[in-house]
Amino acid sequence: MSARDEILARIGRAVAGAQDVEIPRGYRTTQQVEDLVGLFAERVDDYRAIVHVLPAAEVPAKIDEIVAGRRMIRPGGDGWEDLNTADGVVTSCAVAIAETGTIVLDHGPGQGTRAQTLVPDYHLCVVRADQIVSGVPEAIARLDPARPLTWISGPSATSDIELNRVEGVHGPRTLEVIIST
Amino acid sequence: MSATFLGMPGNFPKNAEKAVQNSQLRFNLRKATHTIRGKRASVVGELPDWQELRAAGKAIKDHTLRNLDRYLVQMEEAVTRAGGTVHWARDAAEANRIVADLVKATGETEVVKVKSMATQEINLNDALAAEGITAYETDLAELIVQLGDDFPSHILVPAIHRNRSEIREIFLEKMPKVPDNLTDDPPALAEAARLHLRERFLKSKVAISGANFMVAETGTLVVLESEGNGRMCLTLPRTLISVVGIEKLLPSWRDLEVFLQLLPRSSTGERMNPYTSMWTGAVEGQDFHLVLLDNGRTDVLADEVGRQALRCIRCSACLNVCPVYERAGGHAYGSVYPGPIGAILTPQLRGMGSDLDASLPYASSLCGACYEVCPVAIDIPEVLVDLRAKAPHAAAERAGMKVAGWIFNDHTRLAKAQRVATRLRKLVPKRLPGPLSAWTDTRDIPDIPEESFRDWWERNERA
Ligand code: SF4
Repeated sequence: MSARDEILARIGRAVAGAQDVEIPRGYRTTQQVEDLVGLFAERVDDYRAIVHVLPAAEVPAKIDEIVAGRRMIRPGGDGWEDLNTADGVVTSCAVAIAETGTIVLDHGPGQGTRAQTLVPDYHLCVVRADQIVSGVPEAIARLDPARPLTWISGPSATSDIELNRVEGVHGPRTLEVIIST
Repeated sequence: MSATFLGMPGNFPKNAEKAVQNSQLRFNLRKATHTIRGKRASVVGELPDWQELRAAGKAIKDHTLRNLDRYLVQMEEAVTRAGGTVHWARDAAEANRIVADLVKATGETEVVKVKSMATQEINLNDALAAEGITAYETDLAELIVQLGDDFPSHILVPAIHRNRSEIREIFLEKMPKVPDNLTDDPPALAEAARLHLRERFLKSKVAISGANFMVAETGTLVVLESEGNGRMCLTLPRTLISVVGIEKLLPSWRDLEVFLQLLPRSSTGERMNPYTSMWTGAVEGQDFHLVLLDNGRTDVLADEVGRQALRCIRCSACLNVCPVYERAGGHAYGSVYPGPIGAILTPQLRGMGSDLDASLPYASSLCGACYEVCPVAIDIPEVLVDLRAKAPHAAAERAGMKVAGWIFNDHTRLAKAQRVATRLRKLVPKRLPGPLSAWTDTRDIPDIPEESFRDWWERNERA
C-alpha cells in the first residue's frame, strides 16, 4: 500500500464513529471604529515604525523628500535595480489592518516581488485610507489566496534573547508608512 | 520519533532535579517566561471576543480532525493544481528519505532552514548530514542552539535557557568573522546574526520549512515569524521543501481569520507577529514540494481523550505559565515538545515504552494553568490523568512518586495526602527543606488547586 493510502486508511479507522462538530462563529467579523486612520497609525507606531498621515496631494512630494539621495527600488517605475546594493524600496500595499497595525502586500502592481521588499534594509510603504480595514476577518475577506501574500507588522524583530523584543534582524530594519488620506 | 532525541536517558524527575540545581538556568527561565506571560495577558485582554475566538479555534480543529482524510485529499489536489508536488510520509525515516532525495536531485549539498518543529521531531538535520547534506538553521534561537551544539528547550524560543552573555560567548567562539568587541547587547547580537547569515541567504538554492497552517480549500501554506529569516528562506531559493504534520490543516481560507488572531497573541504576546508569509503552490518560478507527515499522529487521532492534543498550534503559552516547566526547563522533557503539551504529546507520539516517556504524564502538578491559556482549549490535565492510567504500572508509579516527591520533597507527606486530599493545599510548604531549599528560596511553590488534585488521586486509585 502506498504511504498516501495507508495514512488515509489509518485516519479513517481512527475517527470512525467520532462525532462531527458545528463551528460557532460568535467572534467579531467587523467592528465599528470611529477613526480607522488614527487607530492604524497608532498601532503601526507601537511597533516602532515611522508613520505619516498626509492628504493624497502631498504624498508624492513627501516620497521624493524621503527617498532623495537613496538608491531606491521602485517596482513598476524607474529606480535602482540591484537588490543587494539598494538602500531601500518604496511600495504600495493591498490591505491594511487597523487593530493590529498590519500591512499586507499581495505583490500586485506597485508592490514588487517578495524579495524586493525583503532584502533592502529600508521599506517605505504607502497605504491609501480606503485600504484600511478594522480587523483581521475583513482583511482575510479582501485578499486573494491565489497570490503570494506578505503580512508585515513593524520592522523585522526578534524575541529570542531573553524574550525581549529587539528590532532588526534579517528583514528591513526600518519600516516607514505614509497613510494617504 | 526517536526515543533518544536529546541523548537524555533517565526520566523526567531525574532530569528535572538536575535542572533545578542549575541556578543560572532557573533565573533565565523565570525571567523569560514571566516577561512573555505578562505580554500575552495584556494583548489577549484587548480582545473582547477572545473566548469566542477560542471556541471557534477549538471547533475548527476538531471538525478538521474528524474529516482529516477528506481535507488532506483536498489539500493535495489544490497544491498540485497550483504547480506544487505533494509527498506522503508514514514516519520519520520515510520523510527524511523523501527530503534527502529531493535535495540530491537539485545537486546541492547545503540547505537553509526555517525553524520547524516537525523537522526537529524527525531529526532531519542528522539524516541529511548522513547523506552529505549540511542544513543551516537560520532562526536566531535555532542558530544559537546549533552553534552551541545544544538542544532546543522551548517551542517558540528554543534558546530560552541561554542569557545574553552566554549567547555572546557562543557567537565569539563559533561565528567566523564576528568582531572581537562584540557586546552582549541584544541589538548587537542580532546584528552579528544578520551579517553571519546574509551571504548564505543570497546564495542558497534549496530551503526547508515547516508551516503553521495549511488551507485545504485553497492549497495555501502559512508561516508566521519575526525575524525575516523565514521570508528569506521561503522566497530566495529556487527549491522549497515544506515538511508539515497532517494535523496542521484548516478546511477553509476563512478559518485563518480565527488563527491569525489566536496564535500571535498567545505566542509572542504581540497583536501580530512581524511577518506572515502565505503561498499557494509554486510561486514566482520556484519548485515547491509539500511533505505530509504522519509519524504517530494517526495513533494519537485514534485515542478519544488524547486526540485533542492534535489541536495544538504550538503557541507555547502553556509552557510559559507552567510552574513545573519553569523549574525543570525544557530539556528535562527529553523531546522537541517540552512543557505541558510535550507531557501529553510525546508519550502519545512515541508510546510509553521507555522510563522517560512513562514518566512524562507525571511532569505536572495538574494546576490547570495550561488549559486556561491554551488558545484551542486543550484540556491538558484531562489528558495527563488519562495517560497516567494507561502508563505501564510499575514504571509510572515510580516516576509518579518521584515527580511528586520532586514537587513536594516529602514522600510520607504525599502518601498521607491520599487521605487528606481536600486539605492538600495547606500541606504544601512555602519553603522546601533539605537540598532543594535553594530552589524555593528564589520562588514560590506552585499553588495546587484542590479540585484538580482530588481528581488526580481518584483517577489514579481507580487505575
Ligand atoms: S497546547 Fe495549547 S497552549 Fe500549549 S502550545 Fe499547544 S496550543 Fe499553545
